[in-house]
This record gives sequence, structure tokens and C-alpha cells, in this order.
Amino acid sequence: MAGHEPKLDTFPKYLLLNAERFGALPAMRHKDFGIWQSWSWKEQLEEVRALSIGLETLGVAHGERVAVVGANRPRLYWTIAALQCLGAVPVPVYADAVAEELAYVLDHAGVKFAVVQDQEQVDKILSFSEKIPNLGMIIYDEERGLGDYDHSRLISYANVQEAGRRQMEADRSAAARWEQNIRDASGDDISIMLYTSGTTGRSKGVVIGAAAAVQAAVDTAKFDHLNEHDSVLAYLPLAWVGDHYLNYAQGYVSGFCVNCPEGPETVTQDLREIGPTFYFAPPRVFEGLLTMVTIRMEDAGRIKKWLYNKYIGVARKYGEAILEGRPVPLSGRISYALGELFVYGPLKNTLGLSKVRVAYTAGEAIGEDLFSFFRSLGINLKQLYGQTEAFLYVTCQEDGAVRADAVGPAAPNVDVRISEDGEVQFKSPGMFSGYYLDDAKTAETMTEDGYVKTGDAGFFDKDGQLRIIDRAKDVGRLNTGALFSPKYVENVLKFFPNIKEAVAFGHDRDFCAVFINIDLTAVGNWAERNNISYASYQELASHPRVYEMIAAHVDDTNLKLSKEPMMAGAQIKRFLVLHKELDADDGELTRTQKVRRGFIGDRYGELIDALYDGSTEKYVETEVTYEDGRKGKLRATVKIADAKVYDVAAEPMREAAE
Amino acid sequence: MNMQPARSEFTGARDDGIAKGDVLLDVKNVSLAFGGVKAITDVSFDILKGEIRAIIGPNGAGKTSMLNVINGFYTPQQGTITYRGVPRHSMRTTDAARQGISRTFQNIALFRGMSTLDNIMTGRITLQKRNLFWQGLWWGPAEREEIEHRRAVEAIIDFLEIEHIRKVPVGRLPYGLQKRVELGRALAAEPSLLLLDEPMAGMNLEEKEDMSRFILDVNNQFGTTIALIEHDMGVVMDISDRIVVLDYGRKIGDGKPDEIAKNKDVIDAYLGVPHGEMDEEQQTA
Repeated sequence: MAGHEPKLDTFPKYLLLNAERFGALPAMRHKDFGIWQSWSWKEQLEEVRALSIGLETLGVAHGERVAVVGANRPRLYWTIAALQCLGAVPVPVYADAVAEELAYVLDHAGVKFAVVQDQEQVDKILSFSEKIPNLGMIIYDEERGLGDYDHSRLISYANVQEAGRRQMEADRSAAARWEQNIRDASGDDISIMLYTSGTTGRSKGVVIGAAAAVQAAVDTAKFDHLNEHDSVLAYLPLAWVGDHYLNYAQGYVSGFCVNCPEGPETVTQDLREIGPTFYFAPPRVFEGLLTMVTIRMEDAGRIKKWLYNKYIGVARKYGEAILEGRPVPLSGRISYALGELFVYGPLKNTLGLSKVRVAYTAGEAIGEDLFSFFRSLGINLKQLYGQTEAFLYVTCQEDGAVRADAVGPAAPNVDVRISEDGEVQFKSPGMFSGYYLDDAKTAETMTEDGYVKTGDAGFFDKDGQLRIIDRAKDVGRLNTGALFSPKYVENVLKFFPNIKEAVAFGHDRDFCAVFINIDLTAVGNWAERNNISYASYQELASHPRVYEMIAAHVDDTNLKLSKEPMMAGAQIKRFLVLHKELDADDGELTRTQKVRRGFIGDRYGELIDALYDGSTEKYVETEVTYEDGRKGKLRATVKIADAKVYDVAAEPMREAAE
Repeated sequence: MNMQPARSEFTGARDDGIAKGDVLLDVKNVSLAFGGVKAITDVSFDILKGEIRAIIGPNGAGKTSMLNVINGFYTPQQGTITYRGVPRHSMRTTDAARQGISRTFQNIALFRGMSTLDNIMTGRITLQKRNLFWQGLWWGPAEREEIEHRRAVEAIIDFLEIEHIRKVPVGRLPYGLQKRVELGRALAAEPSLLLLDEPMAGMNLEEKEDMSRFILDVNNQFGTTIALIEHDMGVVMDISDRIVVLDYGRKIGDGKPDEIAKNKDVIDAYLGVPHGEMDEEQQTA
């Protein structure tokens, strides 16, 4: 970075600065037509300027809210910047949201303009246009299929940019005036409005101020020493705070290059080609990688298998110590170096993680084994804890002080405290200024002295790292009085590769019982190796041998729970394997793949009753939504199994019951 | 570094000088027999520029033979075929390919060991101008030409949304995707007439929906004229502009989908039931 830290308070100001200081360095890449197309900071400025002035001629003004819907494409990132340049407010919306959800957000935000990726999004918006009375113009990027549409309310992205270029030619001072407006802009402007994914009910519009957003990004970019030579792969949903923060906000303040994949299916290949230096993935991605590696190694030849097992053993022994600079005997270092040559290097290369300098994971708890597997390969994987309301970072781990079961101390300039009833609360530079048009909810979320309530229950452990137990409102008690944290139980279960999702019940009930979703990749592979034939997910899920396997996992889980004094009372007594995969289209998961426990409780009420009334099987009919929006019914007889509960020493039991 | 993605000059269909809505291909009184077996008897119909024309009929009706006549694989014993205003009598399939007729097959005919990219690239062969000498030399004109062709292929890959299988040998791909690759190879020749022989056979509902969308998009975006054989009546009725119905080698119907749906000969040929029962069935449906 430049010698002195520039003090700027909006992202457009950084856009101008970066075009000056990093002019020829790449700012954006996109794989299109099989080739990585790239744009330098200077070229990016030109793209944004043309679009921004074009949008101005359409009537986009200061304070106007504009929806941005689509995948990670340079043009949509430029749209966000172009809007911010005018002082307008970008409102990114999840591209896979169904038409109704999309319409709700567009209407709630009162958008007059929407910039969308393709025909699919245009169709979704048009199908609900009467519910979005304010919406005037829709600007689309990909023209395909839209040729015959009525263009009275449609205009292509290219035409808007063209209008901007013509305007600049017609009026020589337009560009200079546009730049001056950016320089004069205030940090009090709204930078962006991010709609939460709606874990609990309707999504809310989180308003983030410009100066706050910039300050937060500057702090964390400095924390991880991000600079203009770093690069990231932008593959997370555009509308999610994580993508906006990690890629856009940090990219603008530190000047690194954002790479957009060709499409969602090519992310793995694109990752390998780009080799990012800064990488973020939720735990389930790492889980998926490890599952894939394990499955492939099981099919490998004897020599390769031997090499892999030997050197992964070496990595487990010394890898993390070497990464953290702790003392390691010379023989250990030599073995590790050989391992790097034979196994870790090629493996990281295949995964696209060879150049990673800093990697984060967040969103869910990550298993100890999984976490240390990647760290032992020499990947600096750390955890952070964040929220949309904080503009991401609340806590994050420092290099060298990393653990799987905690999420680190407070991030720079963030103040975190635990309320009396155990809830995590924070105050941070990037924190939101309120929910859009919802003062009641805003007031509910803030404390009187200006802290934000996260709704998560947690505590600081002895070395000052925060540990999150569960959503505060989900932590309950069994009728026996024992503490019951559904997420805690679910997480222990989910660390088994064969279990994809679990939903635990127990609050105000006699014992803890769970729904389990098997992982089709892992269990399918196991079935193949064991000559078990199946025609569908449903059939595999109800197979007796799958039940046996899951029963063994539940047994291990209970053993583990019995050793934790706080959780021992809530061991699993009964479980069932669900006949369908939990799916966001059916409302069972949020768009960020989190379980919506309340909804599942209502939807599968019969099955829950069956868990507690002692029956051994239950016939259910479940309505499902197919990808094209049609509905169908799934019929199944679900078996319910009992699990063994381990004895707990009397002492901790009493403690837990207090 | 370039400001704009390197979009190729790929237009998807060649300019054949025929205006939209004019007759592109005219089949007149064509008969084809193999020894004593009459495959096609005195069939006439035309294909207009820019339309989607379906050829339907029960098994053994002569549909595939008709396609084979159109692309020059069979030479009819009687009748004339006029393509782009030029009557022809006998021709080789390569001539048809050069003149802008390309096709896909009922049973996928791809090079199984080659990647998607290479398979589609083979579709460009009739458009390659450099001879064996230059191609053997590689550097220079042949290399420049290859880059141009690769751009066109990338445009097709983008169009058919098969980026993720670009480098995968097609033998390893699921059936639905192989069909899509085959369509891609046919498109690579920038055809003015595209013949699709059962593009949706053996596909599940979702794959059929995808394929229908791609066929409509090809027609809409590139203006390619399409003649297709298909058994799924729902698909045929939805996507085609006009339909020819063959039965035992004879034409028994020709017209717009709603006309064909009401045509009693067609209903007979397909269902083999008296009309009364059919009407009842339609009412319950």
C-alpha cells in the first residue's frame, strides 16, 4: 500500500484513488468465452463512469434505491460502484430467490430501478410487477432471449453505458462534474442496503453507512495485511454481506483483484486456475472438499494410498506447529518437507489453495478434525464470527492463535460483551444504522447504550476467544431440567461426513430426539462400495444398513455429549432419517443453507409426535416444490429408532440441572 | 488487457440470401424405396426460412428416411428437392454440409473419447479454409484461423451453458448433456438448416425442458431454420410452427399444431382407435 493511509469515507473515492495509485494493476477478472478477461483499475474506473453517467441520464438520483440481482459478474459489481458514485443505494438481492421473495424485497425497498443479470430475473420481476408499483425501469446485462420483449420498461446494460459515453461526448464537463460529486460526497450517505437471508421470518433491510463500511473494511484489510497484489475468487452470493464485504469492500480499500468465475458449476476449476491468496468458504465447502479427497483416495492405487496416509499422518503431527512457528524437531521438519513435495503441494494445487495466505471460515461451527486437516496442510485457515448488522466482522482469529472451537477475540476496534443472560452483544465501526423502514425491529435489536444484540448465546473462554453455543432463543431445557442446545447436538452429528443436516428437538420435552438428513455423496459412495442398490434418495435414506450406520454415529455422539458436563443431560434418545433432503425451495433452509427449525417443527409435526409417542414407524405425506415451481407429494413410511444413552457421573448431572 | 470480452464474429447461422418466411427447402413428390420396400411415397412439403418444422409419425413412418433424403444421404428415385432455390437430384452428404445443412442423430454420434470442446470443433471442419499443408505447418495462417474457430466454439459453449464440461471426454457425460454437445456440434457449422433427429429421446422432464428452451433460443437468436423429428407430442405442439405427419411413408397431415391436433387421420394413425373414444378421452383430459 501507499506510504500513508489515505483517509477516505466512501468506496467511490477509493475507486478514483485506486485508478491513480494502482492504474495498471488488475482490479477485476472474469472468465468468459473460455478466457480470463481482465480490467485494470483504470479500465474499471472507465466502465463504472460510463455506466454511472448513463444511469444518471435515466434518472437515478441521490438516495434512490436500486436493486441488483444476479451472479458474481463484473458488470454487477460495477453497478454497485456506479450507484454509489451517484449517492444512490444499491440493494443486492439473492439471485436464486423465488419470484415472490424477490418482489417482496423490491417492494419493501421501494426501488424504481432494477439492474439484473438475465432473462430469468426479468421474468421473475415481470411476473410480480403489479406487486412492485414503484418499479420503473429494468436494466439487464445478458440480452439472450429478451429480444422479443416489450422494451418500454427494459433497457440493456450496454445501452445504458453507451448513453453515458454519449453524454460525456456531448458535454465535456460531465465526467469532471461526476468526479467532483464523488469527492464532495459525504460519509454519512448510505453505502448499501443488505437484506438478511431471513433465518427468522421476513428478511430485513440492513442499512450500512458509507463511512462505517469503509472504516470496517480498512480495519480488517490491515489486520490481514491485504494489498493490491492479493486476489480473491468471488463465488459467494452477491447479495450476502460476506461477498460484499470480503470481495467488494475489502477489494476497494486494499486494491486487490476480484475474479469472477465462469459460472456456479465451474467454481472448482476456476479456483484452481486463479489460485487466490485470500479465501473464504463456509465450513460445508471445506467439508465437501475433504469428502471428495477421501472418496478419491479410497479409489486410488496402493502406492498413492500409502503415501497419502503416511504423509497426512506427518502433517497431523507437525503441520499446525510449523504453520504457527512453534518448535518442531528437525526430523519432523524434514518429513513435512517431503510430504509437501509428495502430497500437500499437489493436493493444495488440485484444490486451488496453493497460494492461499489467509483463509477464513464462518457461519457454522467447524469440526476439529476438518479444521486441523486443512491447517496441517499449511493453509492458514482461521475463523471469524460476524453478522450482517456488523457489516460482517465481530470477532476474528489472529495468525498463530487459532482454534476450532472458538471464533477469536474481538476484531480491531470492535467492542464485544456478554450480557447477563449470556447473549453476545457488540459495538463496531461498521455496525448498521438501522433496519430500513422498521424502527421497531431496530429498537428491539439495539441496547440502550448502543450495542447490537446478536441473538447468539456465547461466552469468552480463558484465552479471551469467543465461543458461540447457539442462537440465544433456541437454548432451552428438557423437562428433566437439563440444558438443551439444539445446535450443539446438531453440530456434533454433522461432523460425521455421512450426516448432512440434523435437526434436534427437546425444549420442554422429556428427552432429546433428532431428524437426520444423510449426505447423498458420502452415503451414496458407501452404498456403491458395499453393493447396496437404491433408486432414490428416499430409498437410500430408509435402508436398514443406513439406519445401522447412522445409529453408530448417534451412539458416538451420545458418548461425546456424555463427557461434556453442560450438555450430558441432552443425549439423543430417539432419531429418524428423513425421507427427503431439506431444501431452501421448500422453505426448510434459508438461502444461506441454515436450518429453519421452527418451520420444520410445524411441517413435520406428525413425525415429531411419533418421536415422542414411542411408535416405531410413521406414514407421512410431504408436499415438495420442484425446481420449476410445480408442487408434488412425497409419500413415505419413516422408521424411528432408539439410541443408547450413556451414564453421566452424578455430580455434573446435578450441576447441569441447576 | 482488453476492455471488452473477445466476442467472436459468430452469428450462429450463415446468410443464405433467403428472406425470413420464404421457402428454404421444397420437397416435391418425393418417393424412396429400398428394393421392394417403399419408405417414402409421393411426399411433398416445404420448409420456410426461420421456422421450426416438425416431422412426426408412428414408428417406421419414414421420418428418419426423410431427413436422410434432405441431407443427401439417400437419393430419392422420384421427385425433386429444391434447396435455396436450386433443384438438386443427387448429391453427397458433404455437399449438403457445405451448403449449410447440419444435423444431429437419433443415437448420439459423438467422438466418445474426445472432449466436448474438440467434438464441437469438428463441426467447424467445413468452414476451415487452410489446406493440409498450412495446418501441418501450424504457425501462421492456420493458427490464426484456429483461434477464430475456437472463439466460435466458445460462443456455442456459452450459449448452451456447458462451460463446466468443456474439457470432459463426452463418453463420461450423462445422456442429456451428450445430446446438448451434439446440438453444439451441429450449430458449429453455422447451419442455415438444422435437422434434429429426436433431440429429446430418452430424456427426463427437466432435460426436455432445457432442450426445448435451447431449440427455441437457437431459432430465436440465430434465426436458424429447424426441422425436427420428435415423439413427445407435448413438446412438438409447444415448440413447432408447422408440422408434417407421415404414416407408412405417406403424408397424412400438414399444418399448424392446432390443426394437426384436430386432424382425424392423424389421430387414427397415432392411436388406432375409433374417433368416438378419442373424443371422450380428450374431454376427460
